[in-house]
Amino acid sequence: MDLEFMEAHLPLYIEAAVLTLRIAAAGILLAFLTGLITSIIKYLKIPVLMQIVNAYIELSRNTPLLIQLFFLYFGLPKLGVVLSSESCAIIGLAFLGGSYMSEAFRSGLDNVAEIQTQSGLSLGFTRSQIFRHITLPQAVSTSVPLFCANIIFLIKETSVFSAVALADLMFVAKDLIGIYYKTDEALFMLVSAYLVILLPISVIASFVERKVRYAGFGDTSTVSG
Amino acid sequence: MNEILQVKHLKKSYENNEPVLKDIDFSLQKGEVVVIVGPSGCGKSTFLRCLNLLEPIDEGSIILNGETIDRKDKNVHQHRQKIGMVFQSYELFPHLSIMKNILLAPVKVQKRNRKEAEKEAEVLLERVGLSDKKDAFPRQLSGGQKQRVAIVRALIMHPEVLLLDEITAALDPEMVREVLQVVLKLAEDGMTMAIVTHEMEFAKAVADRVIFMDQGVIVEENRTKNFFAYPQTERAKQFLNTFHYEALEI
Repeated sequence: MDLEFMEAHLPLYIEAAVLTLRIAAAGILLAFLTGLITSIIKYLKIPVLMQIVNAYIELSRNTPLLIQLFFLYFGLPKLGVVLSSESCAIIGLAFLGGSYMSEAFRSGLDNVAEIQTQSGLSLGFTRSQIFRHITLPQAVSTSVPLFCANIIFLIKETSVFSAVALADLMFVAKDLIGIYYKTDEALFMLVSAYLVILLPISVIASFVERKVRYAGFGDTSTVSG
Repeated sequence: MNEILQVKHLKKSYENNEPVLKDIDFSLQKGEVVVIVGPSGCGKSTFLRCLNLLEPIDEGSIILNGETIDRKDKNVHQHRQKIGMVFQSYELFPHLSIMKNILLAPVKVQKRNRKEAEKEAEVLLERVGLSDKKDAFPRQLSGGQKQRVAIVRALIMHPEVLLLDEITAALDPEMVREVLQVVLKLAEDGMTMAIVTHEMEFAKAVADRVIFMDQGVIVEENRTKNFFAYPQTERAKQFLNTFHYEALEI
């Protein structure tokens, strides 16, 4: 392998990695918010909004990110909405990730037993106090492992952004291969870049998961009678 | 008569099913301990949950201190604060420490001063022998300890009535005792309680009055001594016999 070539083009990769991370961070944050709001709508079974959310989740989960990006980048301009590559990437990631985050969070909400609510009611809490102080914190803690898995999944999905002309890692690698035919070097650096980004996130994620895990506390006795 | 809680002609059924409660009349005096016994599925737990307005009722009325209460009332949350409830499965909040479990309702619901409530919580924890557990989490406690915390969490709201729904049914025998001793002490202190239990010896020790329910009706109601010594109805006799193993011929 041509080490000199790799060294010379390292700044390109760093620049692309920073861009990828920036887009991923913005997209994932939006995805998280979307997930939070949509899962609460589903949990509270708010009519009309719930049907819209269901349709969104099915649409988002059953179409590839690449197609969603194409729609944003090539489809929307036909309707008079022109978005930059960067906006398309962020919105696309949020659109895809929102449904995954929503499902992750909903499973956490469903995991909180109904009798916890009754326990709260019997102490005189209102429904909204119960949601804030009892249901929500428990749901977040059980959802953390799924959140982490989704974050890693979404960062990996950023590799399709080159399709909408965004100069991300994949774009740089393809570019270098096209210009110099240095396939081995370019791909090696591409893989390395993703590992450098994702490995620390994986490690932090499993650390956080262990920190917040008070869900498997063995308090599973059921009620009858 | 100093009646805290009264129930008149209460009827309840779950959708399309045989009614669970058929025309129940019930009253609870201040300082009185009533134990409700009966076979599984007789409606006694449902009845207790109706009293706390956790279950909607079809007909009849529930009267607390002379005022008819309903789960659709605007101040239903105030009613519920006066009626404490302890569940079979403890239902502590797993994400909060013991102290925070106890303080959440007085601080958030009653808007009491945290310091003052904390002092009271410490006194109550001391009384149930759990002062050293205030910083522990529910998962670190045994079932009996959790149930004692659940009792403290209900008591700190200063309820006028305490409802105990099979609070020892999920516990090992040794733990049953430590929980029931706490309840006995409460009874001595004059706490008004309605208790659903399968522990007949405990019922004998704690109850002023026993109500025997079967298939959604109150079959027999009697002073505790009389109920266990001279049950009036055939159904109650049968039920009590199921607790006498020496009578079985194998």
